[in-house]
Amino acid sequence: MDIIISNSSNTPIYEQIKEQIKNKIISNELKTGELLPSIRTLARDLRISVITTKNAYEELEREGYVETIPAKGTYVSNKNIELIREEQLQKVEHLIDTAVSVAKISNISKQEIQDMVDIIYGED
Amino acid sequence: MKNAIEVRKLCKNYKGFQLKDVDIILPKGMIMGFIGENGAGKTTTIKAMLNIIHTDGGEVKIFGMNVKENEKKIKEDIGVVLDDSFLSEYFNVIDVNQFMKHMYNNWDEELYFKYVDRFQLDKKKKVKEYSSGMKMKLKIAVALSHHPKLLILDEPTSGLDPVARNEILDIFQDFIQDEEHSIFVSSHITSDLEHIADYITFINDGKIVFTETRDKLLETYGIVKCSEEDFKKIDKKDFIKYKKNRYEYEILIDNKVEFQKKYHVEIIDKPTIENIMLIYIKGEK
Repeated sequence: MDIIISNSSNTPIYEQIKEQIKNKIISNELKTGELLPSIRTLARDLRISVITTKNAYEELEREGYVETIPAKGTYVSNKNIELIREEQLQKVEHLIDTAVSVAKISNISKQEIQDMVDIIYGED
Repeated sequence: MKNAIEVRKLCKNYKGFQLKDVDIILPKGMIMGFIGENGAGKTTTIKAMLNIIHTDGGEVKIFGMNVKENEKKIKEDIGVVLDDSFLSEYFNVIDVNQFMKHMYNNWDEELYFKYVDRFQLDKKKKVKEYSSGMKMKLKIAVALSHHPKLLILDEPTSGLDPVARNEILDIFQDFIQDEEHSIFVSSHITSDLEHIADYITFINDGKIVFTETRDKLLETYGIVKCSEEDFKKIDKKDFIKYKKNRYEYEILIDNKVEFQKKYHVEIIDKPTIENIMLIYIKGEK
């Protein structure tokens, strides 16, 4: 598993970790039930403080992506696949909303947008 | 026992220098970096914590026990590295082992020689022939070899090159893989602590200026750089201190986001611990 931390970024380190793990869960690179490295191991391996990794895991837990079983470890949770989908759907909706607004201003038709989606989605 | 170290209202009076009402809490399982310029009181605090010097007030608890009343018991469980060497200059690493065996009940010979090998300490040379880096590594090997639960180190990385300092940070992080273990480490090389310390405690002129988590310090503090004209528009209560340089003002703030909402300044730099320390010491309010 790659986690790449930038020390010069304006994004706090705990947030960088959180986002990267979250993306791996969403993309299913980290699968439901999978054990994450312990807070202390991750801190050592990334050369960062324990509190930083702890914060990242706590946020992930609050958002429902992982759960911690005391004395066992932190696992990718399975409860919120629906929730994640919902969240992603909202993101897509928001982006399409922006695209449509731009299109309307510039007189780009609905058909043209749909064609674009067909091409872009199809290629993927 | 929640805290490895609890120092409350610690005082020490010297002629011309005072340690005043020092409070330090180090939660178990964490690393605390203790920073401050030379002469700020770092070593005095550490020696007072360890009951090496007499104090003029306050209380020190280690592992929840009063240090004065339980000194012997506590010292079995801590590894200490101080600046003044307690090792004879005429010892080699093998003599050190013989000596330490009698000092600590838990002395682990095998572990000690593992560190000696890991640090590539020459077994034939005497301590006095070692470089300062070698001496420090030997002291750290000694501090670790009786299975301590707490390490207290005064300036362990000063005088070491970046490679050796890096090795020592690795050892620290290995050590706290056990969540019962904690580290209290003073340094004026703040960049060493910037990554791995959970807490930073800053002492200046015998008083504690702050204890913050590393994350809070480096993610919410900021250094605003602006012109005199812009500086005059900023409310005094919205910053900690400022420093007037030849061409700009540097302003230390501890709430980057709200500050930016209010003032829309052009430059807020991410601080380093060193920046923060400098503006605290040299800045004005």
